[in-house]
Amino acid sequence: MNKPILEINNLYIDYPISIGTVHAVEDVSLILNRGEVLGLVGESGCGKSTLGLSLLKLIRPPGKVSGGEILYKGKDVLKMSGSEMLNFRGQNIAMVFQNPLTSLNPLFKVKDQFLETIHYHKPEIKQEEAIRMSENILEDLGIDKERMHEYPHKLSGGMRQRIMIGLGLIMQPDILVADEPTTSLDVIVEAGFIDLLNRLRKRFNLTIILITHNLGLVAEIADRVAVMYGGRIMEIGSADNIFSDPLHPYTFGLINCIPNIELEQKELITMPGNPPDLVNPPDGCRFAPRCPRVMDICKKEVPEVRMYKGRKIACRLYE
Amino acid sequence: MPELLKVTNLTKNFPVEKNILDVLLAGRKRNFIHAVDDVSFSIREGEVLGLAGESGSGKSTTGRLILRLLEPTGGSVYYRGKDMISIRRKEMEALRSKIQIVFQDPNSSLSPRMSVGEAIEHPLKIHNMGTKGERKEKVLDLMEKIGLTPASFLYRKYPHQLSGGQSQRVVLARALITSPDFIVADEPIAMADVSVRALILELMKKLKAEFNLTYLFITHDLATAKYLCDRVAIMYLGRIVEIGTKDELFGNPHHPYTKALLAAVPVPDPKRRRIEEMPKGEIPSAMEPPSGCHFHPRCLRAMLKCSKKKPGMREVSPGHFSACFLDE
Repeated sequence: MNKPILEINNLYIDYPISIGTVHAVEDVSLILNRGEVLGLVGESGCGKSTLGLSLLKLIRPPGKVSGGEILYKGKDVLKMSGSEMLNFRGQNIAMVFQNPLTSLNPLFKVKDQFLETIHYHKPEIKQEEAIRMSENILEDLGIDKERMHEYPHKLSGGMRQRIMIGLGLIMQPDILVADEPTTSLDVIVEAGFIDLLNRLRKRFNLTIILITHNLGLVAEIADRVAVMYGGRIMEIGSADNIFSDPLHPYTFGLINCIPNIELEQKELITMPGNPPDLVNPPDGCRFAPRCPRVMDICKKEVPEVRMYKGRKIACRLYE
Repeated sequence: MPELLKVTNLTKNFPVEKNILDVLLAGRKRNFIHAVDDVSFSIREGEVLGLAGESGSGKSTTGRLILRLLEPTGGSVYYRGKDMISIRRKEMEALRSKIQIVFQDPNSSLSPRMSVGEAIEHPLKIHNMGTKGERKEKVLDLMEKIGLTPASFLYRKYPHQLSGGQSQRVVLARALITSPDFIVADEPIAMADVSVRALILELMKKLKAEFNLTYLFITHDLATAKYLCDRVAIMYLGRIVEIGTKDELFGNPHHPYTKALLAAVPVPDPKRRRIEEMPKGEIPSAMEPPSGCHFHPRCLRAMLKCSKKKPGMREVSPGHFSACFLDE
């Protein structure tokens, strides 16, 4: 297999707050292969968005990466200087956020937002060429090029989200980090958006990290799935493996606690309790206090991530 | 089962505020948003009716009109045969102890200055039910039943000290304290985290059995509707396009919009990836809804007459109605 395009090794991210330190991401290791879609799933507060931001070095102080490395084609992103990062973002990795209306500038027409991005990265590109580039990408996104002359408020939610993707892709990055890109969209528009991502991925040989709490969405598009809980990786495996045979009790709970329209369910799996306090996380496995299959050792030692049945898993049940 | 609630030809238009000069000088007409347009349905006692649709379909407005939190522009709502639109405000207020609503966001539905106990007790005070001691006993008893335990400990807590699941339970307890028989649940799980959703859904099922409740369950999530509801109505731009029992609607959908919605629901199984083509575009503005069938500009099977005439409701199988010319 080819060398991974992105490699995260033992990453730690902390946010100091008045009553202590929030350990938002702890000892996370992940690899991303070229051309694949990785679904990064978990509930709110599990560290998935923080992890996404760190790939573009966008963690806001006082939050900081306190350990580990992020290697993009072998080069440590965390060691890049501020000016290197400005080009790295957009040309190598781009990010699409949840709410397109707060990410687009309301005072600029769509066209100007594209031109600004292009000219920032490549000042030598001529105006007409830049306009043509923007028109081409809008066509790929299925948006009429006349829409370039509109302000963001005139566009529908789905269209704004596609413009965001367009702005992310205009400089042809290898990796797209999409953080809950469809949360503000209706279900039919969401389905169209997933079709679009699938098309773009083939067209540009894109590598996509899809950060979401929606497992249905992940099942639609992801090749591999990483499940996070309490800042740690619980299970990583191929989408087929994870959905057909979830091994980690948290993964199992997460998949079976949502109503599935294809099934006749009599009862849903419930996971009593609350997500862990990340300032004073429980000793041992983060999930132990809510785990239906908890053992004594789970409450004492943090389980290591190990290979088991073709996947990586952090659970004492599989050692 | 007897009919508990009947809604006939319910309509709500919201005027769109215009510049006064436009109206006076240019003589332009005031515009209206047709939020709910001629909606009729009924709910039997003990039934869960789902009202599903995308944002802007008018499902939440319908819920509010039933409780008269909004005054309808036209149509009637009957609760146990009693016309709720023509009765006086005072009578309506008394009736609200029997009909309650649970909103989407528990945090904005709870006053940050009221403790859990005060919040749950509040409806009893409004309706002058019981003495102080009786009320407290009733609140603690209900808190136990709803899983707000230890009740005596949580009784004094404030909303900011609760978890998401706990606040939604407080909202449910507050709705149930006056022993209503009908609950409008407006997206009660939409804001909750994945693992909390299952807890709330299971709780709502349990409470329904325990207190003999009837629900109008408003949701955008068809998988949840299928899980919880006995019958489901699909709304699009203020109109009901299809209504039927759960088995009929999900097993034998008729309206192209229902079919599209069903196909669009992501299924947590990578082996069942969607292949169907999706309708074009997005839900249009309710200010100038398309002519004829509202769905025709996006419909993959639209015919000429769809843009000219509004399709009526047709019974496609017993108790299953669809508003589409294809079923003629």
